[in-house]
Order: sequence, then structure tokens, then C-alpha cells
Amino acid sequence: MKMSLGRRFFYAFGAPLLAAIIALVVATIVMLISGSNPIEGFGDMAENATRLETIIDMLNRATPLYISAVAAAIGFRMNLFNIGVEGQYLLAAFFAASVGGSVTLPAPLHIALVLITAVVIGASYSGVAGLLKVTRGVNEVISTIMLNGIAISGILVWLVRAWADDSGASNNIGSRVVPESGRIPDLNGAVEVFTREISKGRRLTGVLLIAAAVGLGYHVLINRTRFGYDLRASGWNPFAAQVGGVPPRKMIFLAMVFSGGIAGLVGMVEILSTKFKYDQSFVQGLGFSGIGVALLGRNHPGGMVFAALLFALLDVSSGVLQISGSASREIVIIIQGVILLAAVVAYEIVRRIRERDEARLTAEAMRSDSKDAASSASSDLASA
Amino acid sequence: MTMMDAAPAAMQPENNDRAAITGLSAAMAKWNALPAWLRWGLSAAIGVLVLATVQTVTGDTDRLTASSASESMLRWSIPVLLAGLGGLFSERAGVVNIGLEGMMILGTWFGAWGAFNWGPWGGIMAGLIGGALGGLLHAVATVSFGVDHIVSGVAINILAPGIARYLSDQVFTGYTGGSITQSPRVESAGLLTMPFLAGGKIGEWKSPDWLGDIAAWDIFFLSDMAGFTRGLFSALSYFSIIALAMVPLSAWVLWRTRFGLRLRVCGEEPSAGESLGVNIYAYKYAGVIISGALAGLAGAFIVIELTSIYREGQTNGRGFIGLAALIFGNWRPSGILVGALLFAYPEALSLRDLDGTASSALRLVIVIGLMAVLARSVMNARRADAVIAGVLAAGMTLWYVTASTVPDWFPDILPFALVLLVLLFNSQRLRMPKADGLPYRRGS
Repeated sequence: MKMSLGRRFFYAFGAPLLAAIIALVVATIVMLISGSNPIEGFGDMAENATRLETIIDMLNRATPLYISAVAAAIGFRMNLFNIGVEGQYLLAAFFAASVGGSVTLPAPLHIALVLITAVVIGASYSGVAGLLKVTRGVNEVISTIMLNGIAISGILVWLVRAWADDSGASNNIGSRVVPESGRIPDLNGAVEVFTREISKGRRLTGVLLIAAAVGLGYHVLINRTRFGYDLRASGWNPFAAQVGGVPPRKMIFLAMVFSGGIAGLVGMVEILSTKFKYDQSFVQGLGFSGIGVALLGRNHPGGMVFAALLFALLDVSSGVLQISGSASREIVIIIQGVILLAAVVAYEIVRRIRERDEARLTAEAMRSDSKDAASSASSDLASA
Repeated sequence: MTMMDAAPAAMQPENNDRAAITGLSAAMAKWNALPAWLRWGLSAAIGVLVLATVQTVTGDTDRLTASSASESMLRWSIPVLLAGLGGLFSERAGVVNIGLEGMMILGTWFGAWGAFNWGPWGGIMAGLIGGALGGLLHAVATVSFGVDHIVSGVAINILAPGIARYLSDQVFTGYTGGSITQSPRVESAGLLTMPFLAGGKIGEWKSPDWLGDIAAWDIFFLSDMAGFTRGLFSALSYFSIIALAMVPLSAWVLWRTRFGLRLRVCGEEPSAGESLGVNIYAYKYAGVIISGALAGLAGAFIVIELTSIYREGQTNGRGFIGLAALIFGNWRPSGILVGALLFAYPEALSLRDLDGTASSALRLVIVIGLMAVLARSVMNARRADAVIAGVLAAGMTLWYVTASTVPDWFPDILPFALVLLVLLFNSQRLRMPKADGLPYRRGS
């Protein structure tokens, strides 16, 4: 039984399209209610999106979103919810900046040290949740929420003060600053090979390459390794996987540790290429946005690229909407939330339609089978 | 205090203290045979006794059992209590509600908007409705469309702050004192101080303050008890009284009515309910909408009774702490109340604790709690628990001995740490509704 091309297209892209349409409708309604012109608003966004500066901003924003999404996706593949990406990346960013700021090393080594510190801290903190789950049966959703609270309102508040860099006379206390050798070079040179010079002091972050490597690594790990196979198997059917020789506890622990390790890299754009330190205005909320991006991209390495770019474009556009006066910037958060909810609902609807279609096709096939084997073969040929 | 009512011990004593252990578990069995109200009362008295002892031993604070401590504790526990009860209705109907935080944010905005326009009671109603709308959204996604509960909850938590900010921009910026991040000031629903017990007024006549008098005698434990109890009856908001009444009301609705039985079937064995003709979808919707309404009330309480103003981000993760109280309380209303009070206590102490002595003494209280866990673990022959409790107690003692003050973030993280501790030692004893979080489709 072959499905028509249209139907297959619907299964693959129906849900994202449906979600985009719902989000557009909701955004239009919200803009109309607040008395701004939706056509003008979308026009401003589209016009803005084609500028080189916007594209650079978008890529800079999409980079941490994508890394955060991969971190969440590793857990999702095993039916684990790592809600703690938020706490893990903030903690990792602080330690990475502190370690990076207190040594001087040759450039590649220095950057590597910062990255390794971030990964180790992220992995250790999520490892606590993993350990609690496998040894004491503590649900990871609850433990990671609690660990977020402890990291953000406890450990960070304490350490930022205790290890504060008191050289500057600023109110905004923070970690030490990573020196020149620990900063990752920007990619402006690479951009300028293909297009005109980037104006207005924009710098395309070099962490983009790390995000690309993370995405590639995620793809290889999940789809091309034994570990990835075991991970997906445990996610689909833990019992069957266990019978097949996959130790469930070990997989849970490793998935949590991997997820946290990647989460540690989320803050690296700020640490390695924009602010070079952790302070009180350090970017927050990327953990939760990353969960949204992972859901939107269906945990697929490529799908999450699109989802991250979309969320980043919306974030970047919010400022433009505000400046041009065509809509208030809060509308962007609403659009993001609506896209997310609409997407998960749409995926579910498409899945149900697909299930129903498959059941019908199977039933038809069985019926024609029982009638006449020969005629069923010919109908197969006909439908193909 | 739930640590106290342990189930009879698994009898595997490996040392020769067999007689002592049998005696202890017999005492435990007797304890469990007491009526619930007496057990709760005695537990509370033991708690105050511990606080009074610590206070006397350390000698540098008298705030642990002061009526101001219990008064603030009660007030600050209400949002967590309401959020926890919200979680209860949702999870008893089988829907996990991570979106409590988002619904609470909606409650804060609508509460402030309603209170500004129609006074405190209007605000309470508006907050309730705002939260219920959030609940409705969660119900549509999870019940009708079968979206994963955590996913929908996370989406609501992302969406709600955006909506609140957008609405503030549309509405509050037009008022004097309002802006995109805050509302104008709103009024409280009014306070009640109990006559005779806490010296409240009847009409214009000021009644005697009996408990206050006893507290002033400064007798060990008796005065502490009186002072602590007095706090529970003074400057009590009418809104708090309603919230506290929700505890027995929820228990009655869930365990004594037909509605409650059917709602709980949705959380335990929905297919069994369906085969008996229960409309599972309708009850799940009801549970999740009630859940949102209670979370909305929690938000409205913060605005109307705690801060007198809507401010962006003021829920500060209390929705998650409510979820923690739900788990701490083992999915029961009375347990949620105890959890909410325990979580609010460190915060309440820190409000008036400018020199940090009370928060510092709190560490000794935690050590005593850990010792109790240690004793219980030894009695039940659970070696791993005993080792963990022992190490934690030793670490805490060491900290107490080496540092005379605690940092100001210590009270902030205690709720989170307490939940982790409870889960660490008690996760086998907690029992969530059997079908909690599982997707359900009619006829499958």
C-alpha cells in the first residue's frame, strides 16, 4: 500500500503549517485588538528580516536556543524531562567564566578549558537529578525544578558575591572576565567573503560553529551509534529494551548527564563572544525557550534548526515592532507561546489522522486479501 | 511532620537492640492508632517544643516561636497552599499541571485589574476567572488533544508572562502609578484579629489578649505555644480564612461527594470509570479548570494581601513550590497545608530577622529533623537512608559550629531543599494517583 504524495506531504509538514497559520491568526487578532495595523506589523517584520544585521542578530540568538533545544531533546528521546536546563546552563556559565577568567593559556587551550568546565558543571548538576532518579526513584521533573531553584536563588547568589570581581566600581557585580586568549573569534570574516561588510558593530558569534558541531554530534549519537539506538529503544519501550539487554538505570543516568553537559554550553555565546563574564544581567530563560524549540522541531536535529531560527527571528523582530510603533514587543512572546501550543496540538491532530488512515488502509488491505490474493496484488500495483 | 507518622517498621533488626526496636515500633503503632486531629496537634506541639528548645539552647534569638513568626508564616503560606490545592484537583483527575506557575501569573494580573476596578473582592473573582482560563487552555490541550501534560504546562508558563505583560501595556500604562511592569496600588480585603485569643476588637471594645499575656510570662514551652498560636489568630486576612477553608472543603469534595469520587476515578483508573458511564473528559476538564481557578486565587492573594500591587515576576516560582507542597503532602489537602506552612516558615522568619540569628538557629532545627530521620532509618533497618541522613546532619552541624551567621539566600532555597530531602527519604512512601500524567483517549 503506497500513500499519495499529497498525503505524505501532509503528514510531514501539515502540523508546522497548521501551527504557523494559527499563530498568524492569533497574532493578527491581538494586533487588531491593540489597535495596530497587522499588515504594517508583518510588513515591518518581513522588511527587517531581510537585512544583513537582522540575520546576524538572528543567528546569534538562534545559537544558544539551538544548543538548549538539543539538551532538552536528548532527554525527550528517552522520555525524560530535563526541566533543569535553565539552572544547569546558568551555573555552568558562571563557573566557566570564573575558571576562564583566572588563568592565562594559549588561545585554543583556553577556549577548550572554558568549554570543558561548562560541560562538566552542566553534566554534574544534571547528574544529581539523574542519580536521584536511578537510586531513589525521584521524578526528574520535580527534582530538576527544585535544583533550578537551588541553583538560581542559592548557589549563584552566593558565589557571584563570594567570587565577585571587585576591580570595577560597578553595581552589577559578576564573575571574573575571560581575557582575550579565551575569547572565540567572530565569523565576520567568513560572512564578508560572501556578502558585504557587516555594519553597526554586529559580530557573528563563533559559538555558531560549536552549535553546529553539537547538532551534528546529536544526529550521529542518536541515529548512528549503539548508544543512540539503546536510548531511543528505552524511550519507546523501556521494558522491551530491558529485555533486550539495555540497562534502564544506566541509560537514564547517562541521558541526564549528556543532556546537562550540552546544557552547559548554552551560555557560551555570552561567555566566549559577547560579555565574557557572568553577571546579574546574564541572559535568563533560554532553558525554557529551548524546551519550546525542541518541541517545535520534534527533537529532530534539522527540525530544531528551523525552530530555533524561527524563535530567534521573533525575538529579534520584537525590537523593530516596538521602534516602528506597529505593535508592542510583548506580542512576540505571545506569538511564540501560541506557535508552541498550536504546534504540539497540530502534531497530535496529524498523528491521529495518520493513525486513522493507516488503520483504514490496513483494513482495506486485509479485506482485499481475503477476497482474492491475485486481485489484491493487482490493486497494489494499481495504487502504486 | 509527616516524617513522624511512620508506618510500622519492617522487622529486620540485625543488632541486639531487638527489644528496644520492638518497643519503638509498638510506640509507632500506638501513635498511628491516634485520631488524625490529635496526631496533627501533637506533631505541631512537638514542632514548637523543638523550636523552643533550640531557642533556649542557643539563647540568641526569641523569634522562632514569636507570634510575628507564625503570623507571617500563615500569610506567606497561602499562595503556596492555594497553588498546591490547585495541583491536587488537576492531578487527582490525572492531569499533571506544571502550568500552575503560569496560571498564577494570570491570577496576579487579573487580580490586580479586578481589585483596581471593583475593590478587593472583585479582584479575587477576577483572579479566579483569569486562572481558570489558563486551566481551560491546559484542559483543551491535554484532555481534548492529548498533548503531553508537561509540554502543555511548559507552553503555558511561556505564554502567561507574555500575556500579562501585553495586558499591562494595554491597560495599566493608562493609569496613574501603573506601567508595563506594574499596576497601581490595590486594597486588601481586610484583616481580622481574633477577640480574647489575640486581643482583637469587638466593635470599639478591645478584648483582652489572653494568649499574648501567657506569651509574656516567658515560661519555657507554655509561653512559646501561646505566642505561636496567637500569631495564627492575629491580623488574619478574610481572604486567608477563605483559603484555609478550602482545605477541609477540598477534602470533603474529593472524598465525600459523588463528584469527587468520579474525579478521582479519572486519576486512578479512567477506563474503569468509563465502563461505568462516567464522562471522563468532562471530569478531567472540571478538575483542570478548578486547578487553574485555585492557582489564579493564589496569584490574586499575592497581589491583594502580600504586595498590594501587581509587579512583573512577583510569583517568583511559587507555582512550582505549590507543586512541591502537593508532592510533600502526598496528594492530600492536609498534607499540602503542612507543606505550605513548612515552606513559608523560613521565609516568614527572614522577614523580621535583620541580624540573621533566627535563620541561623534554624540550622539546628534542621539537624534535629535529620536526626529524627536517622533514628527512623536505623529502626527500619534502612542503612542507605541512615548513612545519608547522618552525613547531612553532620555537615549541617559542622556548618553551624563553624559559621555563626547564615547568608540571606538560605531561607530562599529551604523549600526546594526540603522537597528534595523529603523525596530522598520518602519517595517510596509517596503515592501519586495511578493514572496521573498518562494520556487518556475515550474508548482505548
